[in-house]
This record gives sequence, C-alpha cells and structure tokens, in this order.
Amino acid sequence: MNQIDVRSEIIAQFNQVAREQDKRLTPLTDQLELLDSGLDSVCFAIVVSRLEEAIGVDPFAASEDAVIPVTFGELVSFYENAAK
Amino acid sequence: MKMLQSNPTSLWSVLKESDNLSGRFLLDADSRVAMSDLVEGSVLYGRGKELQGRSVLLTTNDQFTTASALIELDGVARRIVLCPPDFPLEHFPYVIDTAEVDAIVSNHAAMRLGKPRPMYFSPVSRTIVAGDTDRSTHHATEWVLLTSGTTGLPKLVVHTLESLTGAIQAGKTPAENIVWSTFYDIRRYGGLQIFLRAILTGTSLVLTSAHESTANFLARAAAHRITHISGTPSHWRRALMSPSARRISPEYVRLSGEIADQSILNHLRAMYPQARIAHAFASTEAGVAFEVNDAIAGFEAKALECTPGVEMKVEDRTLRIRSTRTASCYLGENAPILKGDDGFVDTGDIVELREGRYCFAGRRDGVINIGGLKVYPEEIEAVINRHPQVQMSLVRTKKNPITGALVIADVVRKAGPNDGRDLSASAIQDDILLLCREALSPHKVPAAINFVPELVVGESGKVMRRSA
Repeated sequence: MNQIDVRSEIIAQFNQVAREQDKRLTPLTDQLELLDSGLDSVCFAIVVSRLEEAIGVDPFAASEDAVIPVTFGELVSFYENAAK
Repeated sequence: MKMLQSNPTSLWSVLKESDNLSGRFLLDADSRVAMSDLVEGSVLYGRGKELQGRSVLLTTNDQFTTASALIELDGVARRIVLCPPDFPLEHFPYVIDTAEVDAIVSNHAAMRLGKPRPMYFSPVSRTIVAGDTDRSTHHATEWVLLTSGTTGLPKLVVHTLESLTGAIQAGKTPAENIVWSTFYDIRRYGGLQIFLRAILTGTSLVLTSAHESTANFLARAAAHRITHISGTPSHWRRALMSPSARRISPEYVRLSGEIADQSILNHLRAMYPQARIAHAFASTEAGVAFEVNDAIAGFEAKALECTPGVEMKVEDRTLRIRSTRTASCYLGENAPILKGDDGFVDTGDIVELREGRYCFAGRRDGVINIGGLKVYPEEIEAVINRHPQVQMSLVRTKKNPITGALVIADVVRKAGPNDGRDLSASAIQDDILLLCREALSPHKVPAAINFVPELVVGESGKVMRRSA
C-alpha cells in the first residue's frame, strides 16, 4: 500500500468509526491533536484494530518503545513508516 | 515522620487529629474545599445525625460529593454502600435489598424506586453548612463496594476501614509537600485507595471531573502541582496521547487495575524520568497485595515470600492472597465464597513463572479487563444470544495498544430460514450492537461483531474459552 493509500485509509476509518459510534469528527488536519478529534479511546482502539486488517500492520505492536502519536499527522506518518 | 494510626477509628477522627487541615484541599474542576471545613461543617445539610446506625447507599453523580459525604458518614453509618459511576438503575432494588439499605444519600433525583421499604433520603451538597454530626455513638462502619458479577447482577464486597487502609503507610516525603491525584474514580476500589491515602497520610487530593477532557485535567493537575498520581495502564496510555502530559512532573507514578506491560512502563519512564514508577497488584476482593518498583512487567518470584503483611501462593496456576487487607465476604443469600477455608482469596489471575519472574497470563474464569473494569463474557453473550438471528456467541478480548483490550464478539448465525426478513450481515451487526448498547454499560459493548461459521463446544456443552 502506498503512502497516499495509507492516509486515505486512515481518514476513511476515522469517518466510518465516528459514524458507527455516533461521534462528531473534527476536520482531520495534520496538526489536530487526536484527543480533540471527537473520537474517544474506544474509537481509537477500533480504528487501530481495523487498520491492522486493512493495511496489514499494527505499528503499536511492533515495538515496546514505539512512540505514542499525539497529532493526526504523527499517526499518519507512524503508519506510513510501518507500511514501508 | 509521623506514623499512621495503626487502626483508624474513622476518617473524620483521623482528620480531626491531623495538623495543617486548613492547608489541605479536596478539589475537582468545579469546587475546592479545605479539609478543615469538611471536618467542622456538613455536606448533608447538618442532618448527619439522622443517618446514625443506618445502612446508607451513597450514590452521587460526581466524586467530589462522594468524598465529602464519606468523611461525614464513616463512623456514623452502620454500613456505607458505595455506588460506582454509571451504575445501572435496574440493579438498585437488588443492592438495596441485599445490603438492607435504609437510607440513601444522593445528589440526584433518580431514586424513585417505588420500594415498600421505609427509606430515609438525604440530599448531599457541594456546599458546606455549619452543623456537627453527633458522633457520641461510634459505629465501626462496614464499607460495601460493588463489582461486576457473571450474571450482570453486581457483587457486594464487604470491607472495613481497617482492611481498606491496611497497605497505606506514610512515605519518606513530608506530607505537606505531597499532592495526590488519580485518573481513577474514587467510587471504585482503585480510586478509593488514593482517596484514603490522601486522608490518612495528610495530603491534598485533586480529583477528575466527569466532563473534563484529559488535557484540561492534566493542566489542572499541573496548576495544583500534583506530585503523586495513579491510574490504570489505559488511563496512562490515554494521558500520554495528550501534549498536556508534559505539563505535570510527578515524583511518583502508580499503575494498577490492569496488567502493566513493558511498553507502558517504558513510555512512562521516558516521559517522567524523575519519577518513581510503580505498578501495584490489587483487587476489590483481594485488597492491595504488592507493589513492583523496578519498572519491569510482572513481578519477582521472591515477592511471594517477601511481601510484609501479605501471604501469597500460586496454586492451580492462580495467585492466592491472604492478608488483613482482603475483603471479608460477599453480601447476600447464595453469595459466592470469597475466601477459601484457609483464608486465601483466589484472585483468578493465572501467573506463569519465567526466569525468576511471574507474568500474568490471563484469567481462569475468562473475565476480561477493559480499562481496569471487570467484564464477564457470559453477561455480554447472554445479551447477544437474545437476537433472533444468533445461534451462539463467544465474547473474547483483543489486545490493543490504546485501550489495553477490546471486547470482540464472535457470532454464529442461525442456519436455515430466518424470520422472513432477509437482513444483510451489517444490518444484523448493527442490530446486535443496538441490543448491547441498550442493555450493557458502555465499556461492555463489543467493539466488533465477527460472524464465524462455528465455535468449538467443549464436553461441558459450553463454548470453549481460550484461557479456560
């Protein structure tokens, strides 16, 4: 999966999970802090779980010292690097 | 260093005898009160006397009023039943009957239960009024905490102030330099420990508020210069997702309530290099057992023999604990046995010895832990199985870096003609989720429903669980 696909897959999952969990999603910019995105931690967990199926990687599980992303941009590059 | 009273008679008497009460505070996002005012006034409109010797259900919609009311009621009430947040209304009649509740202290009006039992109702307020509660008769108050049970009905766990506070010792840092805080809710065992710690060791306490964001709480905690803070690994994962996590610089970071994995310990070490990071093993039933201070997941095998005041053993693969900190029993007719004949509480946590260290390897009863809260798969399966298209289901957990674990349901659909409606798989998934949201607390609702062709059924006729 190339980098554009990774980003659009992540955006698609954010929208999908927000819809399912009845959350209002803030427009996704790279600077947006994840905790301000409108999703709660269960939503994030579902997103991570679905991205693992869609992209084939769980970058969080890859290392005990993997960084914890704070902004949406960090989350995207976290997945992009893992998918390389 | 001041020693703690070895056997505190009541929270109020501990506070009454301690120094610098006017300099110690209890606060949340909306209120701040000096401990001296809590000792001298009343949050029960000066009517605490009416609660003398009663079995009191304490149910408030915030931690702050629960904390204030506990200080006033301990030693006065015969029994306090501490109601956790989001407690389902439908279980109140069971709790009231089982704990022989004859008074309710609350700040919300949800108590129209239509019960015939004569009940005294006392409102509780954030505002302190003058008026001392009559403490001429002392009651050794029984504390009852509520935890999840297999059938969905709560279990009522009986403690005393002595058993709840058995693990609390004064630390090396002078109390006046310590400000405690916790991500936990003090209406559950883990948070209650921190509340009691603050009261007994002479510190202030910063509480979370329900509608406050993680970032705002952390900013407030930083403004009050918290030094000691506790939470579950899930609380901490969430906190570390906030840039505001950098605003606090605690001396002591404590994790409990869930298994602390090496990843979260490493993250906390990196974020707070100055802090002592400890993960503790405790449960509502077994009490506080031990604390691990080397920032490595699991615990050293020698902890079994070398933990003062606590006896531990591993029998039949699970960790068993005996100490004065364990609960005494469950309340109710036909209540399950809390302690074995030898006085040991079986925690149900399977441990495995690897190179001199015990690691946690799941639960024997299949209980899953979601963010520090117990979830019985059977309770969720029973709800899913009510759906007309469902043949059988298995609820399991999936490890997740953000929440620690997710609830996942594997569902076998009924074969053959359905009830005439030709529902798509996603429509049935939505339907099942709706059913779950209506019947279950939010943390028990599955994050995903997977349709599977079959589930393995064991000789007992039950669906086989992996950890069983």
